[in-house]
Amino acid sequence: MKPLTGIKVVDFGQFLSAPSATLRLADLGAEVLKIERPGTGDICRSLYISDCVIDGDSSLFHAINRNKKSVAIDLKDPESRPVIERLIGDADVVVTNYRPGVASRLSVDYESVRRINPSVVYGEITGYGNEGPWIGKPGQDLLAQALSGICWLNGNADQPPTPMGLSVADLFAGQLLVQGIMAGLLRAKRTGEGAHVHVSLLEALLDMQFEVFTTYLNDGHKPPRRSSVNNANAYISAPYGIYRTSDGYLALAMIAIPALGKLIGCDELLSYENPDEWHEKRDDIKRIIVRHLASQTTKHWLSILEPADVWCADVYTWDKLMRTEAFHDLDMVQKVRRDDGTTVATTCCPIRIDGERYKGGPAAPTVGQDDNEYL
Amino acid sequence: MKPLEGVLVLDFCQYLAGPSAAMRLADLGARVIKVERPVVGDGARRLALEGLWSDGDAVNFHAINRNKESVTFNTKDSDDLAKVKKLVAKADVLIEAFRPGVMDKMGLGYDDVHAINPGIIYGSVSGYGTVGPWTRKPGQDLLVQSLSGLAWLNGDADQPPMPFALSLADSYTGVHLVEGILSCLIRRETTGKGGHVEVSLLSSILDLQFEVITTYLNDGHRPPHRGEFHNAHAYLAAPYGIYETSDGYIALAMGSVSRIGELIGSPHVAAHTDESEWFTKRDDIKREIASVLERNTTAHWLGILEPAGVWCSDVYTWEQLMASDAFKALDFIQNVARDGDTELLTTRCPIRFVGEKRTDSKPSPRLGEDTEHIIDEFGLNNTKEELA
Repeated sequence: MKPLTGIKVVDFGQFLSAPSATLRLADLGAEVLKIERPGTGDICRSLYISDCVIDGDSSLFHAINRNKKSVAIDLKDPESRPVIERLIGDADVVVTNYRPGVASRLSVDYESVRRINPSVVYGEITGYGNEGPWIGKPGQDLLAQALSGICWLNGNADQPPTPMGLSVADLFAGQLLVQGIMAGLLRAKRTGEGAHVHVSLLEALLDMQFEVFTTYLNDGHKPPRRSSVNNANAYISAPYGIYRTSDGYLALAMIAIPALGKLIGCDELLSYENPDEWHEKRDDIKRIIVRHLASQTTKHWLSILEPADVWCADVYTWDKLMRTEAFHDLDMVQKVRRDDGTTVATTCCPIRIDGERYKGGPAAPTVGQDDNEYL
Repeated sequence: MKPLEGVLVLDFCQYLAGPSAAMRLADLGARVIKVERPVVGDGARRLALEGLWSDGDAVNFHAINRNKESVTFNTKDSDDLAKVKKLVAKADVLIEAFRPGVMDKMGLGYDDVHAINPGIIYGSVSGYGTVGPWTRKPGQDLLVQSLSGLAWLNGDADQPPMPFALSLADSYTGVHLVEGILSCLIRRETTGKGGHVEVSLLSSILDLQFEVITTYLNDGHRPPHRGEFHNAHAYLAAPYGIYETSDGYIALAMGSVSRIGELIGSPHVAAHTDESEWFTKRDDIKREIASVLERNTTAHWLGILEPAGVWCSDVYTWEQLMASDAFKALDFIQNVARDGDTELLTTRCPIRFVGEKRTDSKPSPRLGEDTEHIIDEFGLNNTKEELA
């Protein structure tokens, strides 16, 4: 039995943050019902990237909404209220990611929902919290990244602050919401008490940075210094980073510099015996390594470094990764299907339970496809 | 009552992935006991960034292990191992991140533990899963990022693949471990049965990319192309990115290039009315936008773009962020120093239970400081018969 079998989730969310949370709940066995506006539905449906449209919906929408159901309801229409109240009354979990104020206008804020269903676990994602001067700001991933300081960790020192190249604020906030919701569900099972769980994109980004941000809070507020050469972590010493070789790339994690010099036959590195220098002279050291590694192939270097138990790796594209036996054994890809026969290849739940990789479930729903069952 | 009050967690992990999961369970109210090697303990105690120490342990160790207790047992010693097994019998959750097979050798593998305590939730972290040719590879964050394709999404097109410059594989895996554990705790309320939760750094870092990997799987395997100019997302059109201004930076998210052109007074930019070009010519368009934005201050541009509803923002350092009223309103910093006189600041749990009291975390434990009282509390001492 999947762990969340029997849990009913009503999802008013759009785009990525909240829907990625309910995706995980669905992966783990919950029944997730998307409430969508009639006609257009979740705006993510039309957020196309790479010109990839699958049966009318974007690949992003398909990735985020597999294994869910959809009903089309106009929340502004008073006639739809009894249906909304019935669905909320039946739910264990209600999820929203409106801008502050919108949920109460639509009477789906926590207070309204709790009046209908006192033991409900209500999960909410905002950009910057429900109070303070930023509540009116758009809760958009890049903008939250820009304000969180994270862009000063990423990219090389000579680059402008560089965002992480994915919607990491949405993704992390979504997963933190899952944690809060499930903690609330466990308590609700034990005590009958409901919960109002709140996660903001900004706090999710700070939590992502908590190790290095903690360092900053206690080192006299020294600003992080990105490496000028193949930056991979502003706080970690040479050789940490990804290097070009004559035919590709090589990732090097932590290793003593003279030991690395000896292994790769780079005499210039041998004199860096003091570990403090690996940090202070990080860029000089990395430039020496850059010059040296460019002379041979990735395979050559791996054949020297791996047997010596140096923390190193090839650097793969998805193409290369997916041709490996290791990827095949990981079993992280599945095909899901719509009733009309449309198939979508996508990833699976990253969590294995009782030895099983959960798969299947229909592909993402069309708008209102389950109206007959629920309305 | 905190949501996980009454849940007892044994954390056998080191460094970041497993301990960050146990930290979150503690944040949410669980009682977490770190089971550490005598003398040395968790390797993270010795892993100081910027040479920062507090009370003999790395500052980061304090942050990751707030709210936990510590016991030391030598699992190679039969007396200690018997004590550990007695503790395991009383636990709700066990977390481990040893290389595949190591816990089995100690007699603490899933099957052994399940036999002692059928209701336990057993969480395992690995680098690359428990089968296949990569199980012996070091489960280190940068290496996993490098093998996962992630580094081809970050940085500019003319750069080598650029890792996301944080230990995101570790932290995301920790997040997934918590999810699996909580889901099984919920199931146990109904079934009384435990469960085995397995996560790997590679699965989790692939999950982080699930949207764009799904796109790749369905668009004929077109490789991602990072932008040449100030890339912010390989799949998104202009103006998405961060731009220099005369006194700082400005971030522009999704929006109409032509409208932004009108607003910033650039007929050149405004002339890009064909939406499909916002992606196909994004580098040229972004360079054009940059050449306009660099002529005036961030405040100037925000003063024009924000009122017009364009998704834009200043770009802050931590210092600027912390000086903002918005940051102060979050009340997101707490002191977890062991000694009341000193200060060791870190972040709080990012998950809020609105309307419920938020308490400060207890400081992280000194190595083994709870061994004696936990032996007493749980009655772990062995009789001669038990050891025989």
